[in-house]
Amino acid sequence: MTNSWTDIRNTDLVVIMGGNAAEAHPCGFKWVTEAKANRGAKLIVVDPRFTRSAAVADYYAPIRQGSDIAFLLGVIKYCIDNDKVQWDYVKAFTNAAYIVKDGFAYSDGLFTGYDAEKREYDRSTWDYEIGDDGYVLTDETLQNPRCVWNLLKEHIAQYTPEMVERICGTPKEKFLKVAEMISECSARDKTMTSMYALGWTQHSKGSQNIRSMAMLQLILGNIGVRGGGMNALRGHSNIQGLTDVGLMSNLIPGYLNIPTEREVDYATYISSRGFKPLRPNQMSYWQNYSKFFVSFQKAMWGSAATPENDFAYHYLPKLDLPAYDILRAFEMMDQGQMHGYFCQGFNPLLSFPDRGKITRSLAKLKYLVVIDPLETETSRFWENHGTFNDVDSASIQTEVYQLPSTCFAEDEGALVNSGRWLQWHWAAQNPPGEAKHDTWVMAQLFNRLKKLYQEEGGKFAEPILNLHWPYADPEDPKPDEIARELNGYTVTELRDPNDPTKVLVEAGKQVSGFGVLRDDGSTACGCWIYSGCFTEAGNMMARRDNADPDATGAYSNWTFSWPANRRILYNRASADLDGKAWDPSRKLIEWNGEKWEGYDVPDIAVTAKPREVGPFIMNPEGQSRLFTRGMMRDGPFPAHYEPFESPVVNVVAPAIRGNPVARVFESDRETFGDADEFPYAATSYRLTEHFHYWTKHVWVNAVLQPEFFVEISEELAAEKGIDKGGWCRVWNKRGSVHAKAVVTKRIQPLVCDGKPVHIVGIPLHWGFTGAAKNGMGPNSLTPFVGDANIETPEFKAFLVNIERSDGPASA
Amino acid sequence: MNMEISRRNFLKGAGAGVAATTIGAFGFGEAEAAFVEGLRAYKLAGTTETRNTCPYCSVACGVIIYSKGDITQGTAKAVHLEGDVDHPTNRGTLCPKGAALLDFIKSETRLTKPKVRRAGSDKFEEISWTQALDEIARHMKDDRDANFIERNMDGVPVNRWTSTGFLAASATTNETAFLTYKVVRSAGIVAFDNQARV
Amino acid sequence: MTINVNPPVAADTQQQMGPQDYIRRSASTVPEPARKLEAVAKLIDVSKCIGCKACQSACLEWNDLREEVGVNVGVYDNPHDLTPNTLTLMRFTEWVNDENGNLEWLIRKDGCMHCSDPGCLKACPAPGAIVQYSNGVVDFVKENCIGCGYCVQGCPFNIPRISKVDNRAYKCTLCSDRIAVGQGPACAKACPTKAIVFGTKEEMKAHAANRIEDLKSRGFANAGLYDPPGVGGTHVMYVLHHADKPTIYAGLPDNPRISPVVEAWKGVTKYAGLALMGVAAAAGVVHMAISGRNRVTVEDDDEARRLTAQAPGAQPLDPDKEPMA
Repeated sequence: MTNSWTDIRNTDLVVIMGGNAAEAHPCGFKWVTEAKANRGAKLIVVDPRFTRSAAVADYYAPIRQGSDIAFLLGVIKYCIDNDKVQWDYVKAFTNAAYIVKDGFAYSDGLFTGYDAEKREYDRSTWDYEIGDDGYVLTDETLQNPRCVWNLLKEHIAQYTPEMVERICGTPKEKFLKVAEMISECSARDKTMTSMYALGWTQHSKGSQNIRSMAMLQLILGNIGVRGGGMNALRGHSNIQGLTDVGLMSNLIPGYLNIPTEREVDYATYISSRGFKPLRPNQMSYWQNYSKFFVSFQKAMWGSAATPENDFAYHYLPKLDLPAYDILRAFEMMDQGQMHGYFCQGFNPLLSFPDRGKITRSLAKLKYLVVIDPLETETSRFWENHGTFNDVDSASIQTEVYQLPSTCFAEDEGALVNSGRWLQWHWAAQNPPGEAKHDTWVMAQLFNRLKKLYQEEGGKFAEPILNLHWPYADPEDPKPDEIARELNGYTVTELRDPNDPTKVLVEAGKQVSGFGVLRDDGSTACGCWIYSGCFTEAGNMMARRDNADPDATGAYSNWTFSWPANRRILYNRASADLDGKAWDPSRKLIEWNGEKWEGYDVPDIAVTAKPREVGPFIMNPEGQSRLFTRGMMRDGPFPAHYEPFESPVVNVVAPAIRGNPVARVFESDRETFGDADEFPYAATSYRLTEHFHYWTKHVWVNAVLQPEFFVEISEELAAEKGIDKGGWCRVWNKRGSVHAKAVVTKRIQPLVCDGKPVHIVGIPLHWGFTGAAKNGMGPNSLTPFVGDANIETPEFKAFLVNIERSDGPASA
Repeated sequence: MNMEISRRNFLKGAGAGVAATTIGAFGFGEAEAAFVEGLRAYKLAGTTETRNTCPYCSVACGVIIYSKGDITQGTAKAVHLEGDVDHPTNRGTLCPKGAALLDFIKSETRLTKPKVRRAGSDKFEEISWTQALDEIARHMKDDRDANFIERNMDGVPVNRWTSTGFLAASATTNETAFLTYKVVRSAGIVAFDNQARV
Repeated sequence: MTINVNPPVAADTQQQMGPQDYIRRSASTVPEPARKLEAVAKLIDVSKCIGCKACQSACLEWNDLREEVGVNVGVYDNPHDLTPNTLTLMRFTEWVNDENGNLEWLIRKDGCMHCSDPGCLKACPAPGAIVQYSNGVVDFVKENCIGCGYCVQGCPFNIPRISKVDNRAYKCTLCSDRIAVGQGPACAKACPTKAIVFGTKEEMKAHAANRIEDLKSRGFANAGLYDPPGVGGTHVMYVLHHADKPTIYAGLPDNPRISPVVEAWKGVTKYAGLALMGVAAAAGVVHMAISGRNRVTVEDDDEARRLTAQAPGAQPLDPDKEPMA
């Protein structure tokens, strides 16, 4: 989230699209109901289903899953056509005026540079014209046909209301009503917030779904302001933290990157991360990259990371591929290239697409280690549960270890919420039986591995032998010790660069923030964006002052918000060119003639003059991007692509299946189905009574929603002879599931390009362990393909067939 | 406004002063008998209250866990859980999952002992922690030594261990996450991921 | 500020409400209470409800009740009805508004309405099995319950349920144990959107007025408060977007009243038939021991009618004129 849950109280319009906040985040959705009740805010829900969010919406519009980009580009077009643009904001804070290189173009669904063989673009033309002074050429009048604004207008021209209806199935008048309500938020004193989640990410063009809305929000001037923003409603309680701390194949904590093998040494690696400003005076904050990177290396390898060995640069693995994401990992397993796998609090058998492939792949492992507080289907993937897990145990050679870990009630530490708040919690009870903390388990594994390398030697043992392990009890590191590493500390004393006789910070002190970090080895910091969370003043994440002066929703003394305890990102954009709030009633920070001050920690150097330094300090432009240059694999502007399995052909680019640069493994291609065989548009989702695959272990939640079902319209039920509460079978090339049928008016057939489209909704909470009834789920059916940029599986749009049936054999 | 009513008058309950005020608002007099006929005894009497965070979604609601026993003696057990009224986001409220967290903590399918399933077997068997960890470390070392890629074909050091993967959790703490990061990365594992996408 | 320990929280656990606050007690008389508690109410704003069932969950947890894991029968309502363990239940209705053709998903939290004039209490023949406090809470005292099921018959909202396990009647207590220590009901505390709020009845009516104004501004011309006069008003009230049509909300009665049969028969138990009913109740215990649950039957009703007809001065009584002592 750019903003926070409590900030939603400040909004005038909530758009829930690509998510279902009332259902999935009820206590966060509270702030929607507060905004409605207290300031007359309106709520729009755009979704294939009439959801629990829709139940309390002021306006609901249906949409076919996987067509959001067409809808959103249609709204952008509406706003531009009707002059509903926050012009001062667009001109000053976006790259609308930037001139784009000659050669960049879009036609027939493709941008310049497509290589069909590699399913990849040559992105060299997707960039700005650079002037002799090294800065981007601009046309502040927006007259140049090659400026971003005019290219954008040209790009979206085809997304008329009629076209939106053809693609999305949203009746034109409903689309226009939504567009009109949204467009009103271009006024300076009106803001809109976007609340989205997996409904946008889980598509083969998920990243571009989100970009489309981000662009709309920029055009309306809604980024950086109270009650505005792009608010990704993260799923799990600390998935924000796990991502921040970089537990992904290509990340280093704080959104730094694992090197690729093209970056043969540290000098090469850091040379491509200069982040020279593209416009005069801009902060381009990533220019500090080396400080964060070296401090990270010092936190990892302590005294073994020296200037002489490039701060242990070669201790890091180097990637030969963009990422070893989960889909690739299971593909490798299936190909016999992966032999061991750890699942720490994770249940891939049910969570990943194409369960048949997941089962097959796990069975090829030599060893599988599951660390979890609960039984998981994954840890029992080898066990036969009849129709719910039909495997031959004897033929599966995988050795499986199931290690009991603690749950939240038994451990201490910080979780990061969707609004980037690091909140500390304490243990309330002792672990049951022999369950152990995850930190203990990891320490035990590490110490054993290290001992084996000490005793036996082996391949490249240095990074293991030299891992910095400064814990009082090396067998059981404590949360506060690790939190201190994340915050960062001085390794040696820090002297004033302007006066080397002056000591600024003693050695061995917690740093006060990332501004102190250096790239000479004098500081260590596990995750630079967390710096400030555990300073010499103590554990800032444990602060519990819930005062909120003037009811802005900031709660600045409640726990700690990264970065630098900032509650709203890009908050300098809440003020106009001269630093005065666009809307005085929504003041956040303002320029007082000398510095920035207000309710939040300014997201800019406090003395940076308003007309000189742009608000988007992480970008070398200092401004936000309507055109993203070559930063995304599938285009600098979003374009409509159908899901890989779609009930209709792509109206704007009939020759293209799916996202043209999404990665498809050869063995999966044959499992894709077509609409003639599988005519129904399926989507998967969560229900409010359950959380993922955990709460089926919880008696009360099993009572509230006991049994697997699918949802279909009354029309489809009648066509197929399926009874309300009766059994049906849903299948495609990848699998087949039996489910109870919920026949409902909340799902209506859509008409797309003149053709009726029926939707089959498949919630995902059931398995073969726990208190709820045994059941199957959507991931027996979902396709093994992900987003072109980050490989999020396309769980939200695929094809199935459906028929009336008897129940599963061993139900 | 509605929320404020509930907070101010009824839900605070965090200190004797506040509670007494509330009771006064209802017209209750001074404290009377501790046991009251016809009423269920107030079940949180004598419990320890611990602030925690709901482990489910990213709203991260504040919760208070009520427990009996002494955690320093290994005897603490949760007996009830409610929303934390002081928490700015949820203000004491909880969703149907958060409100039933006690049943998560006490789930019959909580794991309490390490187990191993041997190749080809159709059942789990108990194993000691020491034995399990020793065996896993041996698996890791053998696989790493057999498959570690020190240099690519151009002779560039790449130090990749691609044949073992690690899926990190999504509800563990930052502290678990960073310790996990250190262990996994120092070993050279690249197939490293979390639950951000699924 | 450094906080590195779990901050302590003190809980006030002294219950400060009790029999001294009874204003009614089934099949018995109570003395005029020395004090009058301020009337309380739970307000359920259906227009803010997202049907998340947090109320159901919190109710089960607070009251240490658990329910059987059921099945899906094609709807979201689970369990499928109120039970001795499920004291509150979300009922979902898909309703198409004739005026604009829009689908509305009406979700109503069902449970005891805590009537000011409680039909259950009036129907109850077991002394002290149902009580009413001066703040309006109507509570079942299970130690005194004989499981006859008359309360089910007496309730205009079809709320009480008789347990097959212990043959006693159960319904929402309004969390009387929490109210007695100054806390609101568990459901109201949990409710994420504050569709359920709790306070003094006056405050709740004022809050409802605000909500109704907001709903009217959003085009719900018939938004209104459900506080039905036929039962003397209730201490659980609804804000409805279509207050002109309560029945569309899963059969919420348009104009609930205590059955005249119960009203009449109530008079019998109190003034004429008390001794007789005492005998019947004793017989009922024996009967239960043999055959389990004992419910009101057509025969019981007929018997009540007969008794009523025979009783001296047997006219339906105005409940407002009932003596307190």
